[in-house]
Amino acid sequence: MQWEIVIGLEVHTQLSTNTKIFSGASTAFGAEPNTQADAVSIALPGVLPVLNKGAVERAIRFGLATGAHIANRSVFARKNYFYPDLPKGYQISQFDLPVVGQGALTIQVEPLSGNAKPYEKTVRITRAHLEEDAGKSLHGDFHGMTGIDLNRAGTPLLEIVSEPDMCSAAEAVAYAKALHTLVRWIGICDGNMQEGSFRCDVNVSVRKPGQPLGTRREIKNLNSFKFMQQAIDYEVQWQIDTIENGGKVQQATVLFNPDTGETRAMRSKEDAHDYRYFPDPDLLPLEISNDWIEQVRGTLPELPQAKQARYVNDLGLSTYDASVLTSSREMADFFEAALGDASEQAKICANWIIGEVSAQLNRDGLDMTQCPITAQQLGGMLTRIADGTISNSGAKEVFRTMWAEGGSADAIIEAKGLKQVSDSGAIEALVDEIISANAEKVAEYRSGKDKLFGFFVGLAMKASKGKANPAQLNDILKKKLEG
Amino acid sequence: MSLSTADVEKVARLARLAMNDQELQAAQAQLNNIFGLIAEMQAVDTKGVEPMSHSQDLAQRLREDRVTEPNQREAFQAVAPQVEQGLYLVPQVIE
Repeated sequence: MQWEIVIGLEVHTQLSTNTKIFSGASTAFGAEPNTQADAVSIALPGVLPVLNKGAVERAIRFGLATGAHIANRSVFARKNYFYPDLPKGYQISQFDLPVVGQGALTIQVEPLSGNAKPYEKTVRITRAHLEEDAGKSLHGDFHGMTGIDLNRAGTPLLEIVSEPDMCSAAEAVAYAKALHTLVRWIGICDGNMQEGSFRCDVNVSVRKPGQPLGTRREIKNLNSFKFMQQAIDYEVQWQIDTIENGGKVQQATVLFNPDTGETRAMRSKEDAHDYRYFPDPDLLPLEISNDWIEQVRGTLPELPQAKQARYVNDLGLSTYDASVLTSSREMADFFEAALGDASEQAKICANWIIGEVSAQLNRDGLDMTQCPITAQQLGGMLTRIADGTISNSGAKEVFRTMWAEGGSADAIIEAKGLKQVSDSGAIEALVDEIISANAEKVAEYRSGKDKLFGFFVGLAMKASKGKANPAQLNDILKKKLEG
Repeated sequence: MSLSTADVEKVARLARLAMNDQELQAAQAQLNNIFGLIAEMQAVDTKGVEPMSHSQDLAQRLREDRVTEPNQREAFQAVAPQVEQGLYLVPQVIE
């Protein structure tokens, strides 16, 4: 009998504020240890938290982007536990009154194996709440001591909790990727996974169809999509094997080891982490007016999903092209700037960006923001393809030159003499010459050897030094050969 | 509701407080007194009253997202028991 997989995600996104959630210390990454740990970050007695408006605004942006209810009144709570990188002895978080209520995110799932087709799915988001990050413990060579760096302590996080709506590693990865795209798209998180700006905890359980939910294990702190997929695959198999061998899954927190590809239980929930949440008396309730919500709504860009639909419906692009072009805001902006008003060229513009531009970026190890050619340069070249000035092979040359040396399409076409011959008189003259010089082959063609057509095209292209307009050449050649 | 000695022991463990038997008993009596007070408050009819999360009827004041805190590591670390390479040192913690 088949097993059903049930997956829910908790994603910690580091908000891209300049300062910490409860103090004016910088959040810049990579500073010397503890140089950004102010009195609040290190929890000196007597200090008081003051909430950062920028963090709240980013939470509102996220809520609006996922169609969620924004709470007009939400409350900060203390989550109590002991760990040296949490010097207060509690984390300020939100518990029963989070700032963002239930929302949803629609994702495109690419099945990982077989010939299954991509499909769309909507994942419900339970809630998203504001909280502070902890510091870092360094278990280096400190004479048996642990070193504590509190620079990260107090960095604002938005913890985004999904419903257990995903039923495969592919769906979990698609959801995480869509979320990753969205938070960067709306400018609330830089999405840098190496620096820990986007960390995923994955809750996994298995059950037989129709049965109640199985016991879940939580895979902590995944910071790459590849690891997420490997960790889920391993964990699912482990749980199925455990149950099929007569064992029982115990609720646990596990860590994924990328070197072995295995998950391993971290600590038992014996102490059941009794966090003893209670409202933080140092912080008053957070009130968000409808005016503020509407003001933030006014600054939201067109969202990836809406853009994707518009590309398909108004520009006639395939779902695949539309989803690639909306995989980041930089990519979509580049596409729209290159296209300009020439919406009839959407398909060819998409092809160039998804094809040549992406391939070249890949080869050079660059991302879209580092692209050496501007959207305007590419747009200029597309215009010259559309108006017949250059052929596709000419365009490739223009593109290569533009990439390596810069310059506008027009200047490159001029300098390299890439303008194709669209003067029918000139092409006819050239074709006439070829026909009279190859009487024997012409006779063969006329007696039914159609395949020779390519031979004549080759000759004519060579004679024109590759500049003849191919469509025009084909027409004229066909007409003349038929006599 | 009243707390057993075991309850008090658990709360003490969660709060990382080492208590001897005498202290445990004293704490148990004090906590149970507090529970008595809570029981009196629970008896009040609060139907239709919105729960409050703070004793003052005010809203949170927000701070602009501007850096205002300079680096004061030296001053803070001057009073720390042990520091090295800019890090605060604590007894080793192993998960």
